Amino acid sequence: MVETESVIETVFRQESGRIIATLIRIAGSFDLAEEAMQEAFASALATWPAKGIPENPAAWITAVAHRKLIDHGRRERTRREKQDPLLYETPTVQQPEANALFDTVTMQYPDDRLRLIFTCCHPALNQEAQVALTLRTLGGLTTPEIARAFLVPEATMAQRLVRAKRKIQDAHIPYEVPPRSQLKERLASVQEAIYLVFNEGYAATAGDCLVRRELCSEAIRLGRTLCDLLPAEPENLGLLALMLLHDSRRDARVDSHGRLVTLEEQDRKLWDQQRIGEGLALVDRALQMRASGSYQLQAAIAALHAQAQSPTETDWRQIAALYQELLRMAPSPVVALNHAVALAMGHSLEQGLKQIELLGASGGLEQYHLYHAARADILRRLGRREEAAAAYREALGQATNKVEQDYLRQRLSQVEQ
Amino acid sequence: MRYMLLIYTREDEQARASRQAMDQVREDHWAVMEETRAKGIFQGAEPLAPTTTATTVRRQNGKTVVTDGPFAETKEQLAGYYILECKDQDEAIAWAARIPTGCGGVEGCVEVRALRDLPARDHSEVRERQYSA
Repeated sequence: MVETESVIETVFRQESGRIIATLIRIAGSFDLAEEAMQEAFASALATWPAKGIPENPAAWITAVAHRKLIDHGRRERTRREKQDPLLYETPTVQQPEANALFDTVTMQYPDDRLRLIFTCCHPALNQEAQVALTLRTLGGLTTPEIARAFLVPEATMAQRLVRAKRKIQDAHIPYEVPPRSQLKERLASVQEAIYLVFNEGYAATAGDCLVRRELCSEAIRLGRTLCDLLPAEPENLGLLALMLLHDSRRDARVDSHGRLVTLEEQDRKLWDQQRIGEGLALVDRALQMRASGSYQLQAAIAALHAQAQSPTETDWRQIAALYQELLRMAPSPVVALNHAVALAMGHSLEQGLKQIELLGASGGLEQYHLYHAARADILRRLGRREEAAAAYREALGQATNKVEQDYLRQRLSQVEQ
Repeated sequence: MRYMLLIYTREDEQARASRQAMDQVREDHWAVMEETRAKGIFQGAEPLAPTTTATTVRRQNGKTVVTDGPFAETKEQLAGYYILECKDQDEAIAWAARIPTGCGGVEGCVEVRALRDLPARDHSEVRERQYSA
């Protein structure tokens, strides 16, 4: 019994995304598909312990859910026929086609996850909704799990999902892989949603640690799926590499007291070498495709950090060059700030400081605590302690994350001594 | 002169409206449509799906930016329109006053806008612009 349950759990975890993707295509409705899949899993729970686990569990679930959709379609038709047709102007639910599934035993039918991910991340849905829907359907997360991950009340998250599904239905957002001509733009919105999931799990060091960690794993899993589905898109590989390389440092970023540890001070022995190895290989593969993109560049930067055995071995000049390229491709004040820091580390502190202050003068970064923190850090390295202290205080005033505040306070006390 | 009568309602109130109130609204619409049709001034009228289905598309720096939702977040939302051929603004206003807007006791409004004729395309000008660009 216990064993069956764990098998079902594994099937759900690994296959529900693919199952639901197919069911949505057949049902033409997210809600109906979800309901049918839940019922099918309930059937599995009821019958597998006695009858044994089928050879292909996922195919079994899909077939049972498919039958439930057909039953539902039949019931709906009868119900409508009995009602006064004039009273019911509601659009008819799409009838599931009897032959919509081919070979359910070997799962030899098209993988619909690509349609699903493009529909979930359709730009006509707002990004919050895109992320929630992707995690719910493709990731198989429950609504309470998603709500917890994004620190919003469960009712808010449920409402967000309902709204998104209703818009897909009412505005007829297609359940299709976009045509070649739109693929690049649409893919960008998918990548953005996945990276947002990752950052939500990675950036905030506060909150429930376990939930955060799972969110990163989920984003990596989605990134892998995207690579499996569209392996010829180098930015997909770049995104996955970027997430793996960041995640490799997870255990080293925060010490046992929950304090932030900077890249420079991290114990590099704690870095996950398996993730790094996979990330580096992906970066190489992507770069060989010779179609540069911002995820690839960011991954290449992360790769240079990951390859340095110690902070002094970091190839800052190469990193500065990559930031320069990134700046050209996707200009933003934050990228410009990172470029300036790399210049300071790779060329000269004075030159980097000049660059940073130039950025500060052009505006847009005054409210950004990392701007002040970066400036403070270079001033500290230059031994200009009083100016550094002032900049750390400025950064402290802007920082909202407790872990970061603690770190800045510690730095401030160092330069004040 | 053709006028477009844009109907704004409060979707939130409409969602709370009773069955009877909605039936009444529908009846009133049918009455206006039948009368204007009989007079030969009816050119079209349609209700819109709610703003939850709205998507805004905008060209920005040569790129198409698609966003969820209507352009403006307002209390009242565009819910439908009429196009009527009226002799003047006053006639359009008179019809607008007959168009039901409210549901559940909360009134919306109708915006009356004269339609402009589409200016004829000056082909020589278009060509010139193409060459100078």
